[in-house]
Amino acid sequence: MAWRAYPAIQHVIAAGIVAGTTVAFLVVSGYDLSASLSALWRGAFGSIDAVLSSTLVRAIPLVMLGIGVAVAFRVGVFNVGGDGQFLVGAAAGTWIALLDLQIPAVLTVCLALCAGAFAGGLWGLLPAALRLRWGVFEVLSTLMLNFIAANFVSYLVRGPLQEPTGIYPQSPTVSTQLPVIIPGTRLHAGFIIALLCALTAWVWISFHASGFRTRLTGANPTAASSAGLINTGRLTLGVFIASAALCGAAGAIEVLGVTFALYENLSPGYGFTAVVVALLAGLHPLGVIVCAILLAALDAGAAAMQRDAGVPSVTAWIVQAFVVLAILATAALTRRQRLARFVSR
Amino acid sequence: MRRSTPTLELVAVSKRFGNLRALDDAHLLLRPGSVHALLGENGAGKTTLMRIAYGLLKADAGSVQLDGRSVDIASPAVAMRNGIAMVQQHFSLIPAMTAVENFALGKRGLFIQSREAKRLQEFATQLGLSFAPDARANTLTAAEQQQLEIAKALGRECSVLILDEPTAVLTPLHAASLLRWLREFADQGRSAVLITHKLRDAVAVADDITVLRHGRSVLTSRATDATESDLLGAMLGTRPTPAAPQRRAFAVTTIDVQPVASLASVTATDRREQLLEISLDVAPGEILGVAGLDGSGHRLLLRVLAGRRAATRGSVVLPTKIAFIPEDRQREALATDLPLRDNIALRGAGTRRGWMRWRYWSARTRKLLKEFDVRAGTPGAERGAEGDELFPANALSGGNQQKLVLARELSDQPELIVAENPTRGLDVQAAAGISTRLRAARDNGGAVVFYSSDIDELIAECDRVLVAYFGRVRLVEKSREAIGRALVGAA
Repeated sequence: MAWRAYPAIQHVIAAGIVAGTTVAFLVVSGYDLSASLSALWRGAFGSIDAVLSSTLVRAIPLVMLGIGVAVAFRVGVFNVGGDGQFLVGAAAGTWIALLDLQIPAVLTVCLALCAGAFAGGLWGLLPAALRLRWGVFEVLSTLMLNFIAANFVSYLVRGPLQEPTGIYPQSPTVSTQLPVIIPGTRLHAGFIIALLCALTAWVWISFHASGFRTRLTGANPTAASSAGLINTGRLTLGVFIASAALCGAAGAIEVLGVTFALYENLSPGYGFTAVVVALLAGLHPLGVIVCAILLAALDAGAAAMQRDAGVPSVTAWIVQAFVVLAILATAALTRRQRLARFVSR
Repeated sequence: MRRSTPTLELVAVSKRFGNLRALDDAHLLLRPGSVHALLGENGAGKTTLMRIAYGLLKADAGSVQLDGRSVDIASPAVAMRNGIAMVQQHFSLIPAMTAVENFALGKRGLFIQSREAKRLQEFATQLGLSFAPDARANTLTAAEQQQLEIAKALGRECSVLILDEPTAVLTPLHAASLLRWLREFADQGRSAVLITHKLRDAVAVADDITVLRHGRSVLTSRATDATESDLLGAMLGTRPTPAAPQRRAFAVTTIDVQPVASLASVTATDRREQLLEISLDVAPGEILGVAGLDGSGHRLLLRVLAGRRAATRGSVVLPTKIAFIPEDRQREALATDLPLRDNIALRGAGTRRGWMRWRYWSARTRKLLKEFDVRAGTPGAERGAEGDELFPANALSGGNQQKLVLARELSDQPELIVAENPTRGLDVQAAAGISTRLRAARDNGGAVVFYSSDIDELIAECDRVLVAYFGRVRLVEKSREAIGRALVGAA
């Protein structure tokens, strides 16, 4: 029930799942548990700088993409193309930021973010149209478009957008940047934008008529169109594009707030981690914030674990994969309970 | 070689779901060579009891015995090994697979298409199947799907067959032949349980009858010893006084008032049905009955009249407020995972603007739950209690889901009500309640289009009766003979 306050208990369960799988992995692989975990903690929450510059900064794209994925899931669209949409958004944002526009920096930043959202939305329009017109399954089309986007970015950073010396496959450094909101850290204004996006998404899906239509369509598209006379096709198209636009904006934010240039491997699989975030949050926009921070902390901590305790940082990925399995298993169980309850009467 | 039919006995079975007591010390004894009717209202526990016998559910207390020996039926696979098969109300066919493939599903060893087709053909002749073995399951009508399900059960050499509301999806003709076949099945020494809430079916075919009420077996009797009023009394817990249906002397064939809805030379098609050049007026203050066999076009006609399907040609004039009560409520009318309140707000969601006033919808839902007697909360509690509106719709029994749909659709004085088998799966009281509401809507000047697969119900409820046959419709005299003839296309 999306309109209700997000149940706090689910956070505890989510954290439990993540912590449990991490510990289980470390024990099974025979690493020094206490050393590894203390490194993990230090890296993620050990100091103010770890929290603000490492964990929260990493959480920003995860919140944005997580919201995008969660909203799409709610209307019944499995957008696993977050990565591709993120990359084209980053490319468009970089392009705008590099133009010499002769306008105030704040306007350039806004324009770059809008360009990112627009490019991402455009990248989502294609699979959305394919699905609505010909029933092409969006899991396949969005996934394939990820590769196209990645190669497109490779082309850009070796061609039109390459830095002037022509040595490195990356764009020049952008001079218009998102401001840092806490001096002395790397936490930039993208954090506020991400929080606002999550809050807006929550209010919209819980209290607005079109958000309600989205939930109805996701729950039962046939009934939504027959009993509710909802134009499910148009709604799905709109939500799909909005989801992709959020992912695109996240790409622009990442460039203007963290990397300041377009790289080939700008996204270490944010689009997939976002799926984990959305599922872990039970597709609840406010839950996405918490779960994004949780997985960002795992990621930040994993880096420290590799440095200090010699545990490979891919641990974070393995844990994420286990988290998905755990969620799917619980979902299957609850579905069975529901079924039992239904058939019993 | 078929093994001998065991005596199936369910002894003192109890089952709870959360705080709902679904079964409370229920008993049932199925003799070999008999048809046993299991009667009861919606939510009486009939399906639950049989699901326990079939291994889909586990009893909290009590036992399942075969020939006096207690058996742990842990899963349907175990049930099948013991010769027990069940055809559920919602079929479990795989839509994209052919009839033969579905038939062979769950068997062991190699799948040899020709061998399985031959086997299916054998049962086909017994059952009077009317479809090709290589037809895909999703192209079959409900009646054909059911025949296929039964053939599947027979193919597994079952000696005890459980049928859950088998006649609910059948037209009278098909239902009668199914019951006849069931009789033969039992006469060959096998046994069957017929879950039903239709007294007439039970009395017509059964040897023994067990009545469940609130999860208890309240009456067990030989069919010949029980009178209809005994059974009704046992089902409802009270002896009902037969209400004299108020009927209006009203036999219009043409109407001279401004119609509520009007079709002129309408042609339409969908995946399974077509309408050809239909012209039709629905008058205010009438209940227009629609009859039709599977595939005759009645489904599509109802959807065109409800504004849910567009015509490809011809003109369609409809009022703005239309209530539509489809037959398959879980698919077409409800989002079963969402709360009752959301399901009430579903009506009109397509054109709503601005913010959702959830407090208003909660209050409205509670009011409707109370008004339409929808059982949502704990049994015995007051209807429409605070918080009931937040139960998910799938926590409701089928009959209560239907009442919820009705409550929603009728709540805003619609000018036209299109109802498709609205009493399907409902118990006597609930069905009577629906009939009362439809009549009230009619008497207040609304127009009702009412499809039923039960001819007697059409005759009792409707002012005019329309029969669909191969995409065309015809108004016929209100009599069993006339409707029956028109259903099969006879003059």
